[in-house]
Formats: sequence, structure tokens, C-alpha cells
Amino acid sequence: MPSRPPLIDLKGWIFLAVLAAFCGAVPVLNLAVPEGSGLHLPTYLVSLFGKYLAYALLAVSLDLVWGYCGILSLGHGAFFALGGYAMGMYLMRQIGSRGVYGNPVLPDFMVFLNYKALPWYWLGFDHFAFAALMVLLVPGLLAFVFGWLAFRSRVTGVYLSIITQALTYALMLAFFRNDMGLGGNNGLTDFKDLLGFSVQSQNFRVGIFVATGVALASGYLIARVMTVSAYGKILIAVRDAESRTRFLGYRPEHFKTLAFTVSAMMAGVAGALYVPQVGIINPGEFAPTNSIETVIWVAVGGRGTLVGAALGAVLVNYAKTVLTGAMPDAWLFALGALFVVVTLFLPRGLVGTAIERLGSRRAAAKLPPEPEIAPERVEQGQGA
Amino acid sequence: MTTDLLESPDAAARGPANRKRETDALLYLDDLRVTFDGYKALRGLSLTLARGELRAIIGPNGAGKTTMMDCITGKTRPDSGIALFDGTHDLLRSDEPAIADLGIGRKFQKPTVFESHTVADNILLALKGPRAAFASLFGWRNRVEAARIDALLETVGLLAHRGRPAADLSHGQKQWLEIGMLLAQDPKLLLVDEPVAGMTDAETAETARLLRRIAGEHAVLVVEHDMHFVRDLGCRVTCLHEGAVLAEGSIDAVSADPRVVEVYLGR
Amino acid sequence: MLRLLTLLVLLLAAPALAQAPDPYGQLAGDGYAEIEAGVSGLAASGDPRADAILSALSDGRLLVRPADRTLLIRQGGTLVDARTGAAAADSPDLKPVRANNRVRRAIEAARGQLDLASPDPGKRRIAADAVFKARDAAALPALDAALARETSAPVRQALTEARAAVLLARPGTAETDRIAAIPAIQARGDGDAMGILRGLAADPSEAVRNAAARGIAAIETRLAILGALQNVWYGISLGSVLLLAAIGLAITFGVMGVINMAHGEMVMLGAYTTYGVQELIRTQAPSLFGWSLAISIPCAFLVAGLVGVLIERFIIRFLYGRPLETLLATFGVSLALQQGVRSIFGPTNREVGAPAFMSGAFDFYGLSITWGRMWIIAFALAVFLGLLFVLRKTSFGLKTRAVTQNRRMAAAMGIRTPYVDALTFGLGSGIAGIAGVALSQIDNVSPNLGQGYIIDSFLVVVFGGVGNLWGTLVAALTLGVVNKLAEPYVGAVLAKIGLLVFIILFIQKRPRGLFALKGRAVES
Repeated sequence: MPSRPPLIDLKGWIFLAVLAAFCGAVPVLNLAVPEGSGLHLPTYLVSLFGKYLAYALLAVSLDLVWGYCGILSLGHGAFFALGGYAMGMYLMRQIGSRGVYGNPVLPDFMVFLNYKALPWYWLGFDHFAFAALMVLLVPGLLAFVFGWLAFRSRVTGVYLSIITQALTYALMLAFFRNDMGLGGNNGLTDFKDLLGFSVQSQNFRVGIFVATGVALASGYLIARVMTVSAYGKILIAVRDAESRTRFLGYRPEHFKTLAFTVSAMMAGVAGALYVPQVGIINPGEFAPTNSIETVIWVAVGGRGTLVGAALGAVLVNYAKTVLTGAMPDAWLFALGALFVVVTLFLPRGLVGTAIERLGSRRAAAKLPPEPEIAPERVEQGQGA
Repeated sequence: MTTDLLESPDAAARGPANRKRETDALLYLDDLRVTFDGYKALRGLSLTLARGELRAIIGPNGAGKTTMMDCITGKTRPDSGIALFDGTHDLLRSDEPAIADLGIGRKFQKPTVFESHTVADNILLALKGPRAAFASLFGWRNRVEAARIDALLETVGLLAHRGRPAADLSHGQKQWLEIGMLLAQDPKLLLVDEPVAGMTDAETAETARLLRRIAGEHAVLVVEHDMHFVRDLGCRVTCLHEGAVLAEGSIDAVSADPRVVEVYLGR
Repeated sequence: MLRLLTLLVLLLAAPALAQAPDPYGQLAGDGYAEIEAGVSGLAASGDPRADAILSALSDGRLLVRPADRTLLIRQGGTLVDARTGAAAADSPDLKPVRANNRVRRAIEAARGQLDLASPDPGKRRIAADAVFKARDAAALPALDAALARETSAPVRQALTEARAAVLLARPGTAETDRIAAIPAIQARGDGDAMGILRGLAADPSEAVRNAAARGIAAIETRLAILGALQNVWYGISLGSVLLLAAIGLAITFGVMGVINMAHGEMVMLGAYTTYGVQELIRTQAPSLFGWSLAISIPCAFLVAGLVGVLIERFIIRFLYGRPLETLLATFGVSLALQQGVRSIFGPTNREVGAPAFMSGAFDFYGLSITWGRMWIIAFALAVFLGLLFVLRKTSFGLKTRAVTQNRRMAAAMGIRTPYVDALTFGLGSGIAGIAGVALSQIDNVSPNLGQGYIIDSFLVVVFGGVGNLWGTLVAALTLGVVNKLAEPYVGAVLAKIGLLVFIILFIQKRPRGLFALKGRAVES
């Protein structure tokens, strides 16, 4: 076999090991270490970390299409939010008659808006399995239809970016409407329990944190399976020379649609895991700005590395938490500067640049050239 | 242009009386017309190519050589005309992947390889076989024997470079790699656009040898300006001018044709 | 002379006055009913002194001399004869003419009718409209008199409408007269006319009811067309705003191929420049306030253009040929600019004043047109044509097109391409700044101003066909009009969503927009 890179390479092992350690340590520090101890991890931090991991999964999903397929989606936040809404709808149904109005069937906002009956699209959401299916299906279906139309018409590059942005913008406007029956401006909130666990409880918080970690690892592995296979190689070929792949007999729209759909489902899962940890989902999640911010996480970490995307998401969001707390005004300056600096000076991102440095040091040491670690082509170069 | 065609000595053999035989041809182009914003790139181009035939296409810049290839491979849709492959397949109704799937491979004027991929991976992606997305995820293309790829790389002299990214290759090597990809595709018809640009004389001669060897099993249509190379190919030559066939025949007949001398070879 | 004129008017109005008793005598009479009749009679007589007499009556300055029942008016310290205007002697037995509420109402109606005889056609028309609304049967003789002598067509029409309204409102009008009156009301064709015709639904005569129903249907059609036209107008207005926002982008994106996500912030800077200029004028030279927008235009162009040049020189020029990276970097710039403005001017909306010529509205065949919108449309077109001129007819425009079409060739011809790049980008940004001046008049001047326009602007440019200024114009107006025409049916938000979805689908069908360039060069 000529060129089959390992499913999990060195950086992959490092990533999975760190993730596993993190997911192991956090529950111990939160549950086992007594509250008085200096090592105790407060529950709110567990949820904060869980939020980071959900973002990291979103970033990995975006990297799959941007890094490997050249699809700069400025609407990935839409898939994230749709997954979040699907989960939110399940959580709303779990409230039952414990709402402020005590209506056994209708959620509070529907009572408030004089709904007489539950809209049809809410049916089924009282079952977790159905909701979980929708978390995958709704973003996946949207991405499939949208992607199929766009890729078949050979909409690429910035045009594609602009229409993905228009997509999430249109969804945001739609979800702001009260007539959507999804809570309008306020979105869905006041959740009580998930699968019988109170969403406020410490155990649940730890549990969903670990679940998010597992989802991130799975998402990474799925993306890895896709990218190290011949499929991934064709994806990269499409990214670099789309029309050439057509003359070889490939249909780029099939490859792109598949990647886009899988990526959207992954983003949906990230959104579904995010919502119970932050306790709310509202139309603001569809804001085009959110999607662009996701892009910068990937760019910071290094696109086309998967691991970098996850790292970038955690780093940028940690910086955001720290900076918005300390100097709220400075955050947007910092974020703006990050966009400029990364694109100008760090086009390969942190992980990409690190691998490049390692590679060139090896070259400087006059080691025989090893195509496995062809410096500037991290993933794809590993073949051969 | 078509009346002009009939007057030329070789065109007489391709007149309407012979059409029956022409449908047996591998490639049958009749009266293709293409207009770009008022500019007539093809003005009634007609051409047939037999199975396994090697054919050289010459002609001045703007004669329509690349546009013809674009029409055959589905990149450009002609305004009118007929393009049949293998007697039955209407090329004008198919898109690029479908045409490639029929068995038409193309090498571009500017070598176009997948620069991020290694040389070996470029060949791997070109290998004949199912092209579906799901098949590539878990299918046979993930279990291709190295020897199969190495054999092809051997043919085009790139075995030593198998692990290098294609971007690192020289211009001539990229030409060879693209020819190797064509071979991997194993098409019935190879369209080869200026294969020897940027090659040394020795490499050029080697390319001519390779193409001669391929012909017979595959039909090959070569566009080239290098007349020595064309002579080396030792095949029928078609000279295009202003979007139509000007002359067709052996290299000696064509290069002696006064109109070819006038518009292309120079006095 | 005056008397002659009075005589003339009296003669002209003679038919109406043929059997009328002398209103002066009635005013000097005893009962309220008689006084009221006098008021109406005076008004209907067209007497030029009537206005003065009626105002004196309502103010209690109209006196009667019991001896000969002569009416006198007290003006300050002097008395004049009401009929002749000649000075009159004071005497202790003068008594004021009294007025109760009925009389006062009669005075009000009469004074309205009096204007029907005013020499000013504008006043006559207003008076006719007042009668139309009041529908006072007492005004009928005055209307008939006015109609008989009216020469101005619009006033005639107003009078006809008023007369018809009075006839329809008055009990006891003959059926034929009622039917005859309906077309005049129908011709008026507005909501009031509709109200009158609807009132006829209970009319005892079936013929009248049918005529009214036909009239209502006709008015409804007319109002629907008028509504649609009004929406088209709003659409053109929205389209001109979109055009203003997108036109700078048509250069930076359409001509240069640079994705400038900070484009909206250039618009925002233009709006804040307007604010700054106005503040300066308010404190330093308030008399110039009317000129503040005119002064702001070059200032906004310079500020936004300069920022644009800086962005090009320090960021974009390193990213040519990498559009997705340009998109990200300029998005970063947009975040920083927003936060910068927020830090300096605060997060709240800033008040930008409108000079007098921007305010007010006028009526155009039933369409209400505001001056502000009018000016913005004119301004957008002017900017568009100016830009077209710059790109087509100037040496700079030639160089810009040369550089964007073939950079290396242009450089070989001796064009300093970096210089042209910077200036072209500056031009696009400057025009965005100018757009900000106009948008400051219709939108909230806040740090988020630009964000609201960036997606729309991109869609306009893409929809129209990249690199095609006329396409941008057509796209902006089309999207504006379609949006506003759809709004009444589905609401503003759904109209907007529908439009976004439409454009998304449209781009699938024609990835290169409405007016795409064709040819082999485009493919590569």
C-alpha cells in the first residue's frame, strides 16, 4: 500500500492523551476533592470547560470542510445553533408542568403568546432518542440540500462564503420571529432536566462535560478517518484543483456535499452539547459574527490539522473569558488584531507552524528527507 | 470553411459519402462551432479519430486547438455541431466527470497536478476504478498495491520521486507526472496538450517514444508546436486554422501544403 | 371702486341671490334664527366685507344702531359702517349683535364658505375641501355660486366633489341627483371618498346603492394601484440605500476582487464624520448648519478613503490572491474599528440633525414623497454616475481597469500598480464614507451601523454580477422594490428572509450574477 498515513499520528496521540487526561482530571477535581481544598474545581468551571470542548468540536467540524476542502463556511454557527435548538426543544418538553404558567402541554413562551396547541414540529421532542436524531438530521439535511445545490452549481470560494453567511443571517431573522414557535427573541431556556438528571446538578454538569469530551474525541476520529482515506486525498485534490478532479472523472460536488453534511452534523452535536451547559439557546447563536469567530479559532490553531482547530477554539475562548472579565473593551480589539495577525503572520496557525518548525529543524540536521513529515503539508504530506 | 475543407486533398476522403465508416471512429467531431462574446473560436471544425490512432494537431495560436479539447472534455459547450465518442456517446450532453468516465483523459497545456499530494498519491487518485465518494472512503482505492503505482512511475521515470510533493517537481517532471496520471486512468482516448514544453531534447524524444508505444492500445490526440517532436511521432497530422481544419495528412504532405506554410510554418 | 367691485360680485352671484332677503337686515334682527340666517346669507352673498363682519360678530364687535337698524363695526376706538366701510359716529344706544352656539357654528361654516370666493385659488381649494369634509347643506348655495364662476380646473373639481358630498349627505336629495353625485366622489378616489360611498350602503334606492358599490370597487382598485406605486417608491428608496451601501463594494470587491468585510465600517465612519462635522458647526458656526451635509461629503470621503488606503497598504496588499484570508483580516479590522468608535463615541446612538431641505414631504398624484428620501435617491444616482465617470473617462479609471484586468501587463506599461491598488481601494472606501453621510439621515448612527449593511451589500454586488456597475444598480433597485412590494403581504422580516433565500438560490443558478461577463478568460 503506497501511502496510507496512520489513523492517529503523533499529534493525534498527544491530542487524545491530553483530552483524556483533562476529562479524567476534571471530574476528580470537582467531585472527589472536597470543596474547601485548594485543588477543588468549582462546578461553574466544569461547565465553562465543557463549553470550550463543545466549541472545539465545532472548530474541528469547520476544519474538516475549510482545511481539507477549501469550503470557508461563514455559516457553521447555523448548524451549531440548529443542533442546539433541537436539544433545547427536548429540554423544554422535559419541563412539563413545572413552568411558570404550569401548563402541562405548552412551554411558557407559548402560553404567553397565546398558542392553543403545540405546533406540529414540536411533536416527538419529548423523546430523547428523537431529539438526538434531530440533532444530527436537521443540520445534516440543511447542509446536504444547501451544499448539493451550491456545489453542483460550482459556487466556490468567496461566493460560497457569502451565501453561507446569508444563510445563517436568514435563519437568525427567522428564529427571531415569535411566529416560528421557538421562543422568538428569548429563545429556549429555564431547562429542568435531561434524561431525568437535573441540569443544575453537579453530577450532571460533570457528566455532560465528559460526554462533550468523548464527542470531541469521536468527532476528531471521524474527521481523521475521512481525511486519511483516499476520500480525504480526493478532498484535498478538489481543494487545490477542483476542475482537474473533474477531468479525472471525480464529481467534486459529491465529495464536498458529503464532507459538508458530516461537518454540519458534527456542528449540530456540538450545539446540542453546548446548550445544556449554558442553559439557553437563542437566535443570537445564528449571528454571522459567531460563525466568523469560529473561523478564527481554526485559523489560530492551524487549519487542515484538526488538532489545531480544537486547540485554537480552547485558546481563543479562554482568552475571551479572561479578557472580557478583566478589560471588556479590549476584547474586540484583541480579537480584531488576532484576525489580522494570524492571517498575515501565522497563516498555518499554531500547530501548522510548530510542525513546520520541527520539520525544518530536522532538515537542518541533515536528516534524509522524510516525506512522511513533509513540512508544509502536514496532513496530506504524510502519505508516501 | 467547410467548402474549403472539401477542396483540400485529404478532406475528400472525409466527405459525406464516407460518413457510415466514420461512425465507427472512436472520436467523431462534425461542424463544431463555438463563439466567445462574438469571437468565433471554432468555425465548423470536423475531425475523426480511429481507435488506437495517434494523431498530431498543429496550428497557429488561436486556431482553436485548446477549445477543441475543451469541447471534447465537456469544459466548453459548443453552440452547434456533433461530437460522438465510441460511435454512440454524445459528448455534448455529458459533463466533465461523465466524459472522463467514458474513457477520455486529458493532459493540460499548463501541467496541472495536485501539488499538495505526493507523486505517488497523484497516480493513486488517477487510477482507473470507481470514482464514487463512499467508495473512496473505505473502498479499494485505500488498498492499492504499491507495486501497481510504482510500475506506472517507472514508466514515466519518476519512481525516485514517489514520496515528494508534486509541487517540488520541475516543470518537465510535472509534465511526465501528468502523462503518468493519464496512463493510470487507462483511457480509450488521451488528449495531450503540448506535452514537451519545458523538456530537454532527450526528454522530448523519450516522450515521443512513450506516446508511440501507448498508441495502438489507446487513441492519442497530441497538440504540439514542436515540429521535430511531431515528426518523431510519425503519425497523421491535422493542421487547424481559425477554428477549422486547414489540412490533414502525413507530416510531409501537410508541411508541404502551401496554405499551412502560409499561416503556420512560415516561408 | 370697492363698491363697484361689490356690485359686480353681487351681479355675478345674482342667480343665487335672486330671492334672498337682505342679510344685513337679518343680522340686525332680533331672534337668533334671524341672525343665523343673516350669517349664512352674508356668506353666500360673496360680499367682500363679509369676512370682516363675521369676525366682528364672533368677537362681539358688531353693533346695531336701533334707530335705523344700521350695523356698525367697532375697530379699536373708531366705528365704521358695516355695509359701506364709512366712518360712523359713536352713540350710547348701540347694542352688540348677540350670538349663541348655533350662531357661532353658522359663523364657522360661513367663514369657511367665504374662502370659496377668495381671489386666491389655493384658499378656494382648501375651503372646498373643508366643505367636503363638513358636508354642511347650508353651503350649497355658496358652492353653486362658486362653481358658476370658478375658472381653475383643480378648484372646480374640488368644488364639484364638495357639492356632491353635500348633496349625498343632505336628506331629501332626489335619487337622480344622488346617483349623479356619485361619480364626482368616485373621481376623488381617496379614503374619505370611500367613507362617503360606504355610507350609502343603507340608501333606500337600489340604484344608488349599486352606483355606490361600483364607485367603491373603482376606488379600491385605484387605492390598490396607488398603494403599489407607493411601495414601489419605498422600494426605490430602499434600493437607493442599498446602492449607496453597495457601490463602494462594487469597486473593492467587484473591480479589485478584494473581500472587504470592513466595508460596513467605512460607511459607519462616514456617518460619524457627519456627526463630527455637525458638532463642529454647531459650536463654531451655527449659521452654516444648512450646509453641514454638503461639507460632510468631502470630509467623509477623505476620512473613510484614508482609512481604506491604510488598510490596503498595511494588510490587504500582502493578501492579494488569497481572498479568504483577506476576508478574515478585514473582518478583524471591522471588529477593531467598531470597538474603536464605541470607545471614543460611546455605544449609544449619536444624533445627526437633518437640514431643512431634508425634512417635510409633498404630495405627488396621491403619493406621499418625503424630501429626505427624494434627496437620498438623487444622491445615490449622482454618486453612481460620478463613479461611472471616474472609472470610464478618467486616466485613473483607465489605470484601475488595466491593473485589475492584467496586473503584470499594466506594470510592464509603466503603471505603478501598488499606487493604483491603494487609490482604488481608497476610492471604494471613500464612497462607502459618502454613503455614510446619507445613511446618517435615515439610520441610527451607532458603532453597529455598518454591520446592518455588509451582508446586503455583498448580495447586491454578487446578484448584479461582479465587476459590473450597472448590474449593481439594477440589483440594488430590484432587490429594494421586490422587498417593499412583498412586505405588505408577508411582513418585513419574512420579506427579507425570502429575499435572502431567493438570492441564495439565484446564485446557484447563475453563479456570476445577473450580468455576468462571458468568455474563456472568465473560466480560468
